[in-house]
Amino acid sequence: MIEVNNVNKYFGSHHVLQDVKATFYKGKVNLIIGASGSGKSVLAKSIVGLHEADTGEIFYDGRDFTKLNPYQRRDIRKEIGMLFQGSALFDSMTVEENVMFPLVMFSKKTKKEMQERVDFCLDRVNLPGKNKLYPAECSGGMQKRIGIARAISMNPKYLFCDEPNSGLDPQTSIIIDNLIREITYEFNTTTIVITHDMNSVIEVGDTINFIYKGKNWWQGDSKTILKTDNKEVIDFVFASEFMKEIKDKLKR
Amino acid sequence: MKIISNIGKYFMMLWIVFSKPEKLSVFLKRTIDEIQMIGINSLPIVALMSTFMGAVISLQTASNMDSPWLPEYTIGYITRSSTILEFSPTIISLILAGKVGSNVSSEIGMMRVTEQIDALEIMGINSLTHLVLPKIVAAITFFPVLVIFSMILSLMGGWLVLVLTELSSTDTYIFGLRSFFKVSDITYALSKTVVFGFLIVSISSFYGYYTKGGALDVGRSSTQSVVMSSIAILIANLVMTQMILMK
Repeated sequence: MIEVNNVNKYFGSHHVLQDVKATFYKGKVNLIIGASGSGKSVLAKSIVGLHEADTGEIFYDGRDFTKLNPYQRRDIRKEIGMLFQGSALFDSMTVEENVMFPLVMFSKKTKKEMQERVDFCLDRVNLPGKNKLYPAECSGGMQKRIGIARAISMNPKYLFCDEPNSGLDPQTSIIIDNLIREITYEFNTTTIVITHDMNSVIEVGDTINFIYKGKNWWQGDSKTILKTDNKEVIDFVFASEFMKEIKDKLKR
Repeated sequence: MKIISNIGKYFMMLWIVFSKPEKLSVFLKRTIDEIQMIGINSLPIVALMSTFMGAVISLQTASNMDSPWLPEYTIGYITRSSTILEFSPTIISLILAGKVGSNVSSEIGMMRVTEQIDALEIMGINSLTHLVLPKIVAAITFFPVLVIFSMILSLMGGWLVLVLTELSSTDTYIFGLRSFFKVSDITYALSKTVVFGFLIVSISSFYGYYTKGGALDVGRSSTQSVVMSSIAILIANLVMTQMILMK
């Protein structure tokens, strides 16, 4: 479980995160949603320490990340898997080398064991036999799946996904969403997904934190979000014509 | 003010770079890869530049030898001195600042803007040590090799052009090369090269690592890294010449 208490973050005079409080549960897909520029990516990056929170506390199963020294932080980071918006695969390495990289760096497995783990992870994301391709030879959806395979290679306790559906077609988005949900339940990870894809919100949102103007404005799940009377959430969720139709159907 | 802030940031970066690598075997493999990238891949340009510059130095010296009081072996002597003291360590380093510096800066800068550095950090890897230390080790170990290679080719270029134009004989040229030779000149040249190699790679890495933005900014960082490492080489050259030769 990850708990965020009263986190504040400033960029110059711009108060990006304002007393954000949130809890992200183990074995659940926890979504952070919000409009562009609302602060959701900054929140996620503050949680993993890519941005330093100016005030507040961030607990990883009771361990206050903000009070740890760089070496202790690295130990926690070894328990984190992260899927980046642009996949962030190492372009000089093959798919296999990318997935194997955390194992080479941190595990004491033999070459054969590492190979088995890589094959398992690639199988798990439905990319068997793609070991020798380079990231540039893979499609956007494949790159996301390789990113997931790399993120889970070390059996992480915490899985972060930064806009996993960005730049993907609707069908591939569903595949990625389902994969994230299955992995979360299968490996019992605390999964945090940053998204503004409404399909993801409805399909996989076990818990939802709606960030608005740097504040954790609303919390709920995929069922309650469609029935909420919070104006800002309604404006965000039912912004598209398609979602407005769904809203009308729900009213009827 | 920004320059002072950048100098402080640069030294703080170096402090982190010189941490213990996460895994020695990975570090060694990366260092060998970097020797290939930074060193061996630079051999052709170093060979080309050195041969032609050595030839030009010899020709210019020979064409300016009007006085009958100057012995003919002076051509070899001046070619050797110019090559060992200045051309090979400094000019070749300036050329490498362009080739290697821009390469290092754009490689690391691209990794920054595509979040690959963030990915390393999230995995719990000290990205500066992982990315920059092997490059620095490769540069300070292989740049002296490149410079020795450059010295040999430059002197050979000088010899070749003198023989082909019949401005001097092989024996006289070699006598000139050996005249008043001091081993300390080689030590001086190689010491400079180690410092220049360090400056080129560390400054270029600094500009690459702290790139913000997109492809345009990667290009800008690359240009800045070449300019700043060239300036650093010129300043270090002056300081080291004063320290070593004038003591």
